[in-house]
Order: sequence, then C-alpha cells, then structure tokens
Amino acid sequence: MTFSPQLEERFAKMLTRYPDGRTRSAVVPMLMYAQDEVGAVTRELIEEVARRCKVTPLQVDEVVGYYSMLHRKPQGKYHVQVCTNISCLLVGGEELYEHAKKKLGVGHKQTTADGQFSLEEVECMGACSWAPAVEINYDFHHFVTPEKLDQLIDGLRKAH
Amino acid sequence: MAKQLYNQPSPLETRVVSKNFGIEGSETLDVYLANDGYKAFRKAKEMTPEAIIEEVKTSSLRGRGGAGFPTGLKWSFVPRTSPKPRVIVVNADESEPGTCKDRLLMEYDPHQMIEGILIAGLAVDAHVGYIYIRGEYRYLIDEMDRAIDEAYAKGYLGKNVAGTGFQFDLYTHSGAGAYECGEETALLDSIEGKRGIPRMKPPFPAVAGAWALPTLLNNVETFSAIPAIIRDGGAAFAALGTPKNGGTRLVCISGHVNKPGVYELPLGFPMMKAINEVAGGIPGGKKLKAVVPGGSSCPILRAEECDIPMDYDTLAKAGSMLGSGGMVVLDETTDMVRFALRIMKFYAHESCGWCIPCREGTTWLKKILQRFYEGQGRREDISMLGELSKNMLGRTFCALGDAAALPTISIVEKFTEDFEVYLARQEVLV
Amino acid sequence: MADIVKLTIDGKEIQAEKGKLLIEVARQNGIEVPSFCYHEDYTLQAACRMCLVEIEKTPKLQVGCTTPVAEGMVVRTDSDVVKKARKGMLEFLLTNHPLDCPVCDKGGECELQDMAFRYGAGESRFVERKHHVDEKQWSPVVYFDAPRCILCYRCVRVCNEGIGVGALGVSNRGVISEIVPNHDDHLECDECGACIDICPVGALTSGAYRYQTRPWEMEHVGTICTHCADGCKTTLGVRNDEIIRGNNRDRSGINNEFLCVKGRYAFDFTKHPERLQSPMMRTEKGYEPISWSKALEVVSGRFASVKARGGKFGVIGSNHTTNEENFFLAKFARQGLGTNNVDHHRTGDLATVFDALSGKTNALATTDDVYSAKAVLVVGADLAQQHPFLSFQARANFRHHNAHIYAVTTGPVREDNQAVASVRVQKGGEVAGVESLRDKLKAEGDLVIVFGDAVQGDALRKLVAFGDSLGIHVKYVCLVDYSNSRGAFDMGVLPHDGGLSREQMLAATDLDVLWVVGSNPLKHNPLASKQAFVVVQDLFMTETAKQADIVLPAASAYEKNGTVTNVCGEVQRLKQAIKVMGTKTDLEIFGQIAKEMGLHLGIWLPDKVFEEIRKTVHGYGVSPALLAMGPVPTMPLNGRVAALPGMIQSSGDTLFTSGSLTPYSEILNNVMEAPGSLYSGQGPGARG
Ligand SMILES: Cc1cc2nc3c(=O)[nH]c(=O)nc-3n(C[C@H](O)[C@H](O)[C@H](O)COP(=O)(O)O)c2cc1C
Ligand code: SF4
Ligand code: FES
Repeated sequence: MTFSPQLEERFAKMLTRYPDGRTRSAVVPMLMYAQDEVGAVTRELIEEVARRCKVTPLQVDEVVGYYSMLHRKPQGKYHVQVCTNISCLLVGGEELYEHAKKKLGVGHKQTTADGQFSLEEVECMGACSWAPAVEINYDFHHFVTPEKLDQLIDGLRKAH
Repeated sequence: MAKQLYNQPSPLETRVVSKNFGIEGSETLDVYLANDGYKAFRKAKEMTPEAIIEEVKTSSLRGRGGAGFPTGLKWSFVPRTSPKPRVIVVNADESEPGTCKDRLLMEYDPHQMIEGILIAGLAVDAHVGYIYIRGEYRYLIDEMDRAIDEAYAKGYLGKNVAGTGFQFDLYTHSGAGAYECGEETALLDSIEGKRGIPRMKPPFPAVAGAWALPTLLNNVETFSAIPAIIRDGGAAFAALGTPKNGGTRLVCISGHVNKPGVYELPLGFPMMKAINEVAGGIPGGKKLKAVVPGGSSCPILRAEECDIPMDYDTLAKAGSMLGSGGMVVLDETTDMVRFALRIMKFYAHESCGWCIPCREGTTWLKKILQRFYEGQGRREDISMLGELSKNMLGRTFCALGDAAALPTISIVEKFTEDFEVYLARQEVLV
Repeated sequence: MADIVKLTIDGKEIQAEKGKLLIEVARQNGIEVPSFCYHEDYTLQAACRMCLVEIEKTPKLQVGCTTPVAEGMVVRTDSDVVKKARKGMLEFLLTNHPLDCPVCDKGGECELQDMAFRYGAGESRFVERKHHVDEKQWSPVVYFDAPRCILCYRCVRVCNEGIGVGALGVSNRGVISEIVPNHDDHLECDECGACIDICPVGALTSGAYRYQTRPWEMEHVGTICTHCADGCKTTLGVRNDEIIRGNNRDRSGINNEFLCVKGRYAFDFTKHPERLQSPMMRTEKGYEPISWSKALEVVSGRFASVKARGGKFGVIGSNHTTNEENFFLAKFARQGLGTNNVDHHRTGDLATVFDALSGKTNALATTDDVYSAKAVLVVGADLAQQHPFLSFQARANFRHHNAHIYAVTTGPVREDNQAVASVRVQKGGEVAGVESLRDKLKAEGDLVIVFGDAVQGDALRKLVAFGDSLGIHVKYVCLVDYSNSRGAFDMGVLPHDGGLSREQMLAATDLDVLWVVGSNPLKHNPLASKQAFVVVQDLFMTETAKQADIVLPAASAYEKNGTVTNVCGEVQRLKQAIKVMGTKTDLEIFGQIAKEMGLHLGIWLPDKVFEEIRKTVHGYGVSPALLAMGPVPTMPLNGRVAALPGMIQSSGDTLFTSGSLTPYSEILNNVMEAPGSLYSGQGPGARG
C-alpha cells in the first residue's frame, strides 16, 4: 500500500521521531493521517500500518477499536460533528444537533445517501466558551445557531 | 493582521500568560521575540538547574491540567543525572468538558510554550519533547508544526538553541479521540502506540514514563507560565495570586453568561465577580443556580456556595476543585437531571473499560439517569445514584472513576428537588 | 536472603519477604483475598478491583494485587468497608453478565459463580437492559461469548506472555470493550486452549467439550499426555467410559498452566470408528476377526516353533507404551525368545549423550531446570512445534527471571522473540553455529543446552566438549519425540550385544518373526523377508498392521496404568481413564503370550514390573511413594554406553501432528496450522 508523496514524507519523518526501536509510537498518528487519505481504516490499512510500525496487525486493530476518531467505515466528504456536552448543552447544543439530524436526514454516525455528509454527536471538543460549537472535518465553528448551520451546510453543498 | 479573538478581553483581567493574545502576528517567532521572547530562556541558561527549579517553586505555580500538583516539586522529582535520557511531554489533550484554554495558548502564542518547554529542558537536562495534541485539534497540530519549523529554521530548536549550545528537539503527536488519554499515564501508553490505558503508579512518570524513560509531563498552560516566572521572578508571579496559589490562570467561563469567554484572572479572584463582571452576568436577569468550578469532573456548587475566591485551597474547603479552569455557569432554569445525565453520558463514553467499577458503573448510572429523564424514574433511584457513585469513588484504577462519581454525588445530594420534580410529574400523569 | 518485614493482617502478626505482594502474603497465611485478574505468573492488571483491602493510614482502599508488603503495615481484609466494596464490585460485574449459568459450560466450576455466592449481594438492583453481543466461533476449538466475559485479561496474558503467540487482544473501550482474535473474526494460533482453561468464567469455551455434559457428571482422571515427550499432565473428564474433555485447570502437573492442542483435545482417537476392537488374522479373504484365545494360541504357537528351530526373531518396541511394557518386552525378547534383535524407532541420540556425559553428575536438565537456569540454548530444534512445553518453560524463565535465551537453528523459531542472540545455520552446521556464541555463553551463570536429532554422534560429542570448555555448569536435554521414547531407551528396547537394529531387521531376508508393538516401521521401509510371520499390536490398521499375519488390538495410554519417562527423564504415572471393549494392554498381551508359551517372565502387573525396574534399571531406584505424588527424576548416567547400530531420526511432528495417531484425531485435522507470522521475530512477548 502506498500513499501520496506528502503523506509518505510525513510518515518517513514520523518513524524517526521516537527513540530507537519505538516505531510502534507512530501507530496512532499514522492511522489518523492515513484514514483521512484512504477514507477509512480498512483491513489493508491496518496490515500496512502494522508492517511499517513493526507490530502485529492485532496490536493495530486494538488501537483502532479504542479511539473514537478512528473509523472502519467511510464517512461523508464533510463530517459534521455537533457537541452536546455541558457547555454546549446549556446554550442549545442538543437542539442544534436535532436540527442537524433533520437538515441532513441522517442520525448519529450516519452518512447521507450521496456520501457528501455524515453526522456525529460528539463529546466536548474544546470550544466551551464559544458554544454551541460544531466541527466540520477539522474546521471549528463557534456560536453556531440552526440558521448558521444551514448556511454552512448549504455552502458546502454548493462548493462541490 | 491580528488573529481574530474568539471573545473580547475584559479590563478586569491580569494578562501575563495571555499578554500577547491579540497582538498582530503573535504566533510568529519574530513578534514573540519583539515581546520579550527568549529573555527567560537566556536567563535560565545562566542559572543552575537547581536555581531554575527553585524559582518555579517560589512562584508556587500549580499544575494547570487539573490535579493542581506543585510544578516545581514535580520537576525536582525527575532524576536529571539518571543514565537514561529524559523526555518532556506536553499534555495538550484538553478534553475536560468546560475547558478550552490550551487551544488559545497554542494558537496565539506557541513560542511562549516552546520557550517554557526549553526552560524545563534546562531544568531536568532533557533534550527532546513531545506535544500530545488531541486529534480534534488538527488545525492546532498544523499551527504547532509551523511554529516548530520556524523555531528550527531560526535556530530556536535543534542543535544550538538560541546560540547557547543547548540542544533540543520538539515534535507534535496526534491523539485520536479519547478523553482518558489526558490522564498522564494513559497518555504515555497512547504515545507509545497503544490503547490509552492508565498505568500503575509507582513507578511515576518522572522515574519511568514514556518508553520507560524519566518523563516530565505538564499541561500546556503550565509550560506557558514558565517564561514569565523566570523572566520576572517566581516571587513576582506568586504575588499575583494568593499564598500557595501563585499567579494567574486562564478561566474558561461558559454556560449561562452574557459574555462567555476565556479570561486570565489571578488566583483568588472572586467567583461571583467573575460571573457578574468579567462574564457580564446571567442573561435575562435570571438567577444563578449552580456553578461547575473547574470542569465537569468537579463537584458542583449551589449558588449560595459560590461567594468565594477562586483558589485551590478555598475550593477544596468548599468540597470542590479548581480543576482545569473550566467554569460552567448554570441559571435557575437548568434541569439538573438532564445535566447529570449529560455528564454521565460523557464518562460512560470515555471510560477506557479497564477496571470493573468505572466500566460498569458509569454505564449503569447513565442508564438510570436516562430512564429518569425519560419519565421512568423511581424514588429509590435517587439514593441508588448516590450509592453506586460512592461504590466507584476511590476504588477505580484511575481518577476517571472519581471524575464521574463526584459531580453525580454532588448533584443528587444538592439538587434532590430536581429529581423530585420528575417523580411528581410522573404521578400527575398516572 | 531478602529482608523480612513484620505486618498484621486482620490482627494476625505476619512475617513476610519485603516487597512481596500483599495478596500473596495474605493467601500464604490462610487469609482469603478474592481476585479475578490477578495471576501470579503474568503481568499485574489491578483491573477487577476485587482484592481491595483496607490499609491503616491510607485514605483509600488499596488493591492487594499490586501493593507490596512493608514493615509495620496494618491491613484489614474483613472490615465492613472491604466487604461492602467487594459486594459493590460484584454488583457492577453482574450488571451486563447474562447470568445464564444453567446453560453455561462453566456452571459448577465458575469463579464468578463462587465469588457471587461467597461475597455477593444475592439480589441485583440492576433493572436496565443488558448489553448483548452474539457468541462467536473463533476456531474449531475456541468459542467466545462476550457478555459472559468479565475482562480480567487472563486469556490475553496467557496467550501473549505464556504461549508467546499474542493471538488475543482487546478492542473497543468502556462497557463494550471486547476480547478479539488476531485475524478479524478468527484465530490463527497454536489452538492450545490455554485461554479456555484460564478463563474464570464461561466466556471462552471449548469446541470439543461445549454442551456435552456438566462438570459434576464427569469423573476426573489426571494422567500424562500420550503425544509428545514433554510429559504434560492432562486431566481427562470421563463419562460412561468416554473421554469428554482434557484440561489442566488444577495446574497440578509439571506443566503448570500449560497444555497444548494435543494434550487438550487429541484424546479423540480413542473413540475413532476405525479403532481395532478385535484380534485380526489374515486369510485369503483378507482380515478376519478372531477371538483373543485363538489369536494368542496362533501367536504363541508360531513363536515357540520358531524359537525351537533356532529361527530369527525381530522385535520392535514402542515410543508410546509404558516403561513396564517396554521392560517386559525387552525381557521377553532376550529371555523368552533368546534374541537380541530388539529395537525401537530412536528419535534422539541418547546413547551418545549418556556416554559423553558418563562420570558427570547433575548433567541432565529437568523440565524445571529449563525454567530456572540463567541461560537456555536451543540447538537445532523448533521447540514451539515439537516440544511446546519446553518452549513454554524457556519463555516463563525469560519472563520471570529474565533468563538469556539463545537459538541456533536452521530457520526462525519462536524463541527468537526472547533470544539475546539467534544464529541461523545450514543443517549440520549447528555445532559450528554454537561456537559463535562462545564468549556470550562463557559469561552466563549456568546453562541448559536443548538439542534435537540434528546433533548426534560426533557432532554431539563436540557439543558436550564445547559445554565442558565453557567453565560454567552446563546441563543437557536430548530431545526425543514421543511420550515414552525416553522410557523405551532406558528400559533397554535396544539392539545391545550384537542385536540387529530396526533397519537391519527389516532388511534381513531371513527373518522368521517380526513382532511389532505400537510402532509403524513399514510405513517408510519395506520388509525384506518374505517368510516372516508378522505380529502387530496397535490401536489402528497402520501401514505395518496391514502387512501383519496377526493384528492384536491394544489399549492406548489413556486406557492403562503404569509409568512413562519424559524427555527430561522424569518418571510419571499413567492413570487409566477408560476401557475400550475388545482391547488389552500390551503388558497383558505379553503376559498371556508368555503364559501360553510356558515362559516364566514374572507377574505382568504394572506395579510388580515397576518393582523389578526399580531394582534393575540404572537410575530408576525411585520411591513409589514419591512417584505417587508426582514426577520423579531418574539418574541414568552410569558408566560408558556402547555405541548402537542403526539410525536416529525424529519424525518431525508439528504442533498439529502426532506420528501414526495423526489421521485418527479429528480435532488435530480440523485445527488451523500456526501461522508463520508467529515466527516474525518481532511478535508479541518480544524483548523490550
Ligand atoms: C481522566 C483524566 C483526564 C485528564 N485530562 C487532562 C487533559 O485533558 N489535559 C491535561 O493537561 N491534564 C489532564 N488530566 C490531568 C493529568 O493527568 C495530569 O495531572 C496533568 O496533565 C499534569 O500536568 P500539570 O501538572 O501541568 O497539570 C487528566 C486527568 C484525568 C484523571
Ligand atoms: S475471556 Fe475470560 S479470561 Fe479473557 S478477559 Fe474475559 S473473562 Fe478474562
Ligand atoms: S486482583 Fe487486584 S484488581 Fe484484580
């Protein structure tokens, strides 16, 4: 399995960052970046990462199951994450999430038929003082109202 | 142009650690250097490691990650003469609900944190550091990488830091979504490429941490406070706060306030003043119901308990904690059953599953609260919530169990009336 | 001598080694501290929190499984707080447990059941929906029922640390955490079932045993595995003369918690449909069943006449029959038939090693030495495949004592994962390869050298000379293949005094009688003599039996009493578990043939024959009392041993084969082969 030149370069650097013989340390970040490119953590990817980090596929598999951002199934092109944890909850986070469900017509960890959007109710993502917050892929959006969310989503729909 | 701030600063702030926030180009090395950047490092280079650690002790700086452990003392535990190389790890996992300050420190002033790390490197004779950043903060990993590259390019990292001959390498390391990986030993397992399962202590990270090497681990804000402490002296920093509670800290005010935001306030700052003046009071003139003083893991305070100065010791006396600086304000309309449920949903989702009481307890409590919230509550559930929480408290492998139990115990004990309301409503329906 | 500390537990004054774990100290002093995840052989977890105790001057309860004892410690394991804590843990534990004990294989021998009974609350306050996942089959022999799992991680550890395979891991987190196999939905492993034995509950169950019976309906017979030469104890669960399971949960044998796929499952040959249950005679129409009396009459008649006219006998003994049987057979041949043409399939060069070591004391390693020696050198053998228990011992030694492991082999071996040095050689280059380790080995405190059939004759003498030259205490293990290969040699089933070797017998055109007991020599070699009258005693119609004139149905090791000697020369008792209709033990067959022939070779009862062995066989003067309690090492080194004719060759069995028995064990044929990835040299359990 090979990745884009940029990713290969990143991985090459990654594997030299840690003390000698500790390539296992690269497992988590490698999976994070690789899944962005591959679209999901596939069996093939697990075996590839295991090979590169010199661990058994099981040792990678265990990690994939543990971290909530690692996913075995592809998500939408735009992954909409709505926080409903306490700070957001108090200022309409849950209502915002309900709105997002209706707007996208999908539920928690589901993807729209056209594969453009997926939705996830997430835990606190560090935007408490600017709540309610939404993260789309890796972009934060603060003080999000239902109207603002609609604009965001419609904007992305147009974009492609 | 200057990075746009997420919230307007308050005139009541004491801006030490956040002094560069809002300055145009504050994230660049040049601007940092133009604003006393690396004065502290050069000063520290002339000091003995012991002296550096003494200075940090004098500042009475306490860990900003949540546990509030005296930083100078922690540094003194690291065996700087051990034959094993020492490692510095920055805890930038910032996942405690209510907390959003480390983000700003890395976004607006990455070089301040880097300088803090370098000074720690001098103090414990470490030459490599890793910044463990939660996966959701990908944009920050990129910002940190950019800052690190700039520092290397301009000679502030690498073989010869600031021309002093000191060598130091610094890297970012991405998490992948796990609150538990903020717990220092789970973080170490995570950085080693494993599931984030906490470790047995002893050995403590200072002795055998990442890859079994002596490891100094601190929070982003803790490192970011170091340059000021060395530059202006530990005493000056300490003087900003109250005895044994030195300096300032970034308080993340959220919830029912007119001007939520992250504000740098000296320790000992009155809580009510923070709510009413710094954060502009409660919207719609509503009354205060409760405050979560330092992140979701802290026992909650009823309104009448909130007329206190915000420092570690006072909050401990009040039966709570200053925690991670995540201050959540709840007005009179807040439904505490729903609030408790949301908190437990979080801990059930984040329990690593290693030990029985936390793994099973959090989920059980969540299910009871869920049932209660859906109108299927039973009177005995109220006392059971408290009892089950107490069966977890102090008996789990790591502090996550306590973090789940403490707020729950305080809510059922201090806001029983909210649960009663549910039961009453049910009776009406029957 | 480590320093001693004084502490009190539940008011009892106790002295203990400083730093020892509280849970151990308490238990050694008869104070119960419950636990699930604690296991003395494997890494500490402190996960189940059942062992919480109260320690004076510490605010929180502490886990006994990771707390070292210290001077002046005051501990309570019986206070109300502690009792309440245990109750609470069990209540938590049972929230998602299905409580399906009535249909659970573990019912009746389940640690969770016992704990709930002893420390539990009785009724549960949990009224919510339980988390459910369906049961999975991971291999022909391993099933996993996640809801029953209490996540004590014993299975993960025994597989990773103990077996060195690392086929089990944990996926997901929180309440849906689950034990997972190494290949998506199935296991690729040794199929040893250690995970099943060590599982305190019914989460991991055996495909061979599940739903067959209830533990209390079985009789449990502890005997010795009849497959490889390591001599593991296996406890056979028997119901109506049928073996239903093999396990090792009581860990009472030399093998501690170890048992391989053969010891655990490969008892099924005993009830294979092709099992011989009547004597057979060859006629024009092929083989016809005949009565025992007829068979014995024909055999003894022919033996007597051939003996009378001074004809030529050839007697081939077995690697699987008991010491008593081997001894009696050798005696029968020499005294009864007047021939020295006695031999068996020799799989290791014991003659040379005994001769080369003659005069030395304490030069032969026991299985325990492999666990306790400072260093272990494996030469020309794949232990994980052919001597899984010795391999386990070496790993345990590495784990517990940080022993230095060395491997000199033709290909990668599992030992590479722990080895300080692995040397790869061409076949025949083993001893030269060992030379390259001289300096390292010199520096070792003491050393056990384990070598395979690749090292024999002069090469073996060179190896011993090398050992002598190191100037440290060296012990040896000469690997042999089967459950009593060592016994066959010690009992003198050998062509001493000018007798013909196995190969020579088969090649002799003038052989009059070929008597084969529990062996299959004609599988690979032809029988030269056309007139030879062939008698075969065996369990099945082997290639050899198919050329016999008379075939006598023999009892297997699980169907007889007696003793066997393992690869390290440790004698152990076999206990009869079942009786298979129509069969006789080989000893009984010998005795009755002798009786028919009017020979006086002594009483053919195992105990009586063993008495004679004790008196006459070098190094076997072991006390029956000791033997009754467990394995007893023999001391066969005794003067020079004359070289023997004939060849020595291991049959190269794997973890999943057992010589001629292989085709008759369904289980062995069903399980998957251990994958090569186990030998990658960076598998789990690897150094660092
Ligand atoms: C469940 C749990 C989660 C934690 N999460 C964080 C975190 O996100 N960031 C952090 O800095 N410390 C976190 N901590 C505290 C760390 O364990 C550790 O005390 C701290 O990072 C040490 O740095 P400091 O002394 O500078 O505060 C957490 C602790 C627990 C028990
Ligand atoms: S399967 Fe059994 S041994 Fe493994 S963790 Fe679960 S309960 Fe423990
Ligand atoms: S035995 Fe101590 S926690 Fe399990």
